Amino acid sequence: MNAIVNFTNKLLNNRFGNNKSLNNKLTDIFKFNGGVHPPEHKVESTTLPITRLAIPEKLTLPLRQHVGNLPKVKVQVGDYVLKGQILAEAEGTVSAAIHAPTSGTIAAIAEQTIPHPSGLPDMCITLLPDGKDTWTGLKPIDWRNTPKKDLVASLRASGIVGLGGATFPTQVKLRADGKSGVHTLVINAAECEPYISCDDMLMRERAGEIVKGIAIAQYLLGAETCIIGIEDNKPEAASSMANACIDHAGMLVKVVPTLYPSGDARRLVHLLLGTEIPSDKRSTDVGLQVFNVATVLALYRYFEFGEPSINRIVTMTGSVKTPQNFEVLFGTPLQSLIAAAGGIKPEVSHFIMGGPMMGFDLPNAGFPNVDIPITKAANCIIAAAPRQFAAPPPAMPCIRCARCADACPVSLQPQELYWFAKSDNFEKVRDYNLFDCIECGCCTYVCPSNIPLVQYYRYAKSEIIAIDRAKEAANMARERNDFRIARVEREKLERAQKHAERAQAGKAEINNDVNAEAPTDKQAVIAAAIARAKAQKLAASGMTGTSTEKTIMPATPATVMANQTETLNNETAKPDKQALIAAALERAKAQKLAAAQAGIAPKNTENVSAFVQAEINKIDAIREKAQQATATSKTSS
Amino acid sequence: MNRSPYITDAPTISTIMLKVLLALVPGIIAYVWIYGGGILVSLSLATVTALAAEAALLKIRQRPIQPFLMDMSAVVTAWLLALALPPLAPWWIVIVGTFFAIVIAKQLYGGLGYNPFNPAMVGYAVLLISFPLIMTKWPAPLLLAQHPLSFMEQLHFISSSVLPAEVKLDAITSATPLDYLKTQLTLKHEVASITQAPIFGTFAAKGGEVVTGAYLLGGLYLLQQRIISWHLPVAFLAALAFIACSFYLIDPAHFANPLFHLMSGASMLCAFFIITDPVSGPTTPHGKLYFAAGVAVLTYLIRVYGGYPDGVAFAVLLMNMCVPLIDALTQPRVFGHK
Repeated sequence: MNAIVNFTNKLLNNRFGNNKSLNNKLTDIFKFNGGVHPPEHKVESTTLPITRLAIPEKLTLPLRQHVGNLPKVKVQVGDYVLKGQILAEAEGTVSAAIHAPTSGTIAAIAEQTIPHPSGLPDMCITLLPDGKDTWTGLKPIDWRNTPKKDLVASLRASGIVGLGGATFPTQVKLRADGKSGVHTLVINAAECEPYISCDDMLMRERAGEIVKGIAIAQYLLGAETCIIGIEDNKPEAASSMANACIDHAGMLVKVVPTLYPSGDARRLVHLLLGTEIPSDKRSTDVGLQVFNVATVLALYRYFEFGEPSINRIVTMTGSVKTPQNFEVLFGTPLQSLIAAAGGIKPEVSHFIMGGPMMGFDLPNAGFPNVDIPITKAANCIIAAAPRQFAAPPPAMPCIRCARCADACPVSLQPQELYWFAKSDNFEKVRDYNLFDCIECGCCTYVCPSNIPLVQYYRYAKSEIIAIDRAKEAANMARERNDFRIARVEREKLERAQKHAERAQAGKAEINNDVNAEAPTDKQAVIAAAIARAKAQKLAASGMTGTSTEKTIMPATPATVMANQTETLNNETAKPDKQALIAAALERAKAQKLAAAQAGIAPKNTENVSAFVQAEINKIDAIREKAQQATATSKTSS
Repeated sequence: MNRSPYITDAPTISTIMLKVLLALVPGIIAYVWIYGGGILVSLSLATVTALAAEAALLKIRQRPIQPFLMDMSAVVTAWLLALALPPLAPWWIVIVGTFFAIVIAKQLYGGLGYNPFNPAMVGYAVLLISFPLIMTKWPAPLLLAQHPLSFMEQLHFISSSVLPAEVKLDAITSATPLDYLKTQLTLKHEVASITQAPIFGTFAAKGGEVVTGAYLLGGLYLLQQRIISWHLPVAFLAALAFIACSFYLIDPAHFANPLFHLMSGASMLCAFFIITDPVSGPTTPHGKLYFAAGVAVLTYLIRVYGGYPDGVAFAVLLMNMCVPLIDALTQPRVFGHK
């Protein structure tokens, strides 16, 4: 039935789409394919207002709280820092700063467990609050009278990232030149995942500030219009937002049907505007930008008061005594949040960060006293009991029922993707547009065979990325090799040419002279080579102080060639061997003497500046010291 | 660990299969009413054979037996095959057909989810080719038969192929309307006069159309329960009606009307229960339309021009072969792609 309706809608859209006025665009909803409607479970955590959590005894701030480069730590252990002071600054284009959420002392900068699906430890700054909560000097920005370029640049120091869960640094989404070409700002307030209600409560309680933040974002982007998309299961939030933006022309609240994953940026843009952002383009390419509702609030706090991003609203829900939303400082231990929610119920087995559709298990070490900090990405923590979040029964074979395809919001064919991913047919799986998959989990949600489809897609994606990288490396290696072969070939040719020339010259000499002279000349050359090789060998064996120095004197092609000539020589020139060796020794001695007179300086250090010479001397001194050290250690051992 | 989503809302395969079985119940009741209780014997025989064969093959293939027996897919295959066979077919016909369907067409291809052909139709086709005489000998509906058999007499006949002393085989069998129509047309009779025969009812076969109607009822239940998608039955029935209508309008004297084709033979069983087998069918919405329409056209052509009175089994198997191609050519447009 749905399909018929969709089909007629499509027909109508196609026929009348061109005549659609903007007015229609502002009231119509443009449905996407599929989607699911799981039980919402949002009421539990929306009965109480947002409560500010007390400053905990310890704050653990992971450096990795955003997408992009790790920020550069600017403090040391023992430093006293003020609230809002920068602890680590953005490094590279895509990165975000980290600030002290309160005043206190840096107790450690070390690896600790962070909330990440891998469960692996990562670098964290540990801050022991002094309880005074003293702000550093805050510098509000007069954003109306500051060049946009400076405003965007200043955002690098704000630490603001997308607070919907994507944690993409916000300044990257605003073009540094202030010319974005964006005409419409979309505010993502859909909050489509079950259980999560932090945006809902934020809109209910702080709609005024959000709207001011939207005005700033609109100004920065140069976007004339702003559409705020809210799912229809949040009527209080929608009406509070509608009231708050009543005086703002070009700002509009649009209520969309509750259907997961309407909060996915591309799906939301389609729902609100009917615009299908091409798969290979960004929203800004079609004049749109999408911000989460909490992110624009952070923008407002930053520009209006100079407050960097140091806290967020977190939904603490699931099997806790009083599910509720809290304003939590980044780095706050999960335990403080749990305690504030009245503690967990006895049936809880683990914690999930994010919603039940796309969230992940927090590392469970030490359960129930899980030591995990709240980060910028933590929109929701669910205390999970097996009753609600049971492990899925064993997977059955796919029966190709295509329920997954009906549910896929990207109109992919999950059953085909599964088939190809399972058989490691990565070419096919790519042809079937695996990389358009947003991993929303709708396919698994409706699968009668309980197949963990999303896991198969994650696996295939990571494999393909790894294969692509390997392919790229192989291509580079092949190019290098092709170049080397060409070079070797060229050198061979050149050598042959030289040989030919020399042979011609030699022939001329032979014609003039007796036969004996030429071979001796050749043999002398060989002898010289042997002598050189021996000298080098001697030098190498004399230098084998430490293993690192061994690598300084690798077997150069010259020595290898000399060795080869030596063996060659042994076979071909046996009769004159003694004489040759004697001659060679003579020559080597002469060379050595000459070298000694010249001061043993390698040729490439002959003409160096005083500074470089000083460096060389320094290094030589260190080397000598090292040699002595190894010598003493050898004797002592 | 990232094993999201943590929640699901999907019927299990067992639930789906049980609902399909439930949807067949009205048809079975109608069957018993029209043809007598003999069909219950066939259904039981087929069920037991299917489960035993499935268990044995799972054991040989070293697969877990319990979850795959509990998925009930073997029972669905068994019931569909039993309902497609002539109701008083000898016991060994039922067993051979079911065995072939489960062992060869399903398990040897890899079991549930891996069979490229509809197992019940493979079983049916094998029987039809191997034992054409038995497979085309349909009993007359009880109210038309000269000697309506009691349940015990039917049971006796199924198990030993022996009729009560005074009854002749002709007294209990009759040609099906599809068969009768075909033979009469070759004798230069016209459709209008042929359908005056007592075996014809309001739309199609007297009695048989009641069973067909009951299948339609069960099919609507499956649609309402979202066990099957509308594409397959709608496209099948529409295409069958369209092609029958076209021929009928061109030459009504030699081609039966579309309603006759819709209500005859295995049309309804095919539309809602046979082509809706997800494993051997296409998965894309457009693919389903093409597949079902293809089955309908082939069914019609085999009925009218082929050597068999009904063409559902061969039509389904032929279209099963095209499924990979159909799927590949009917991929829907992905969001954000041209």
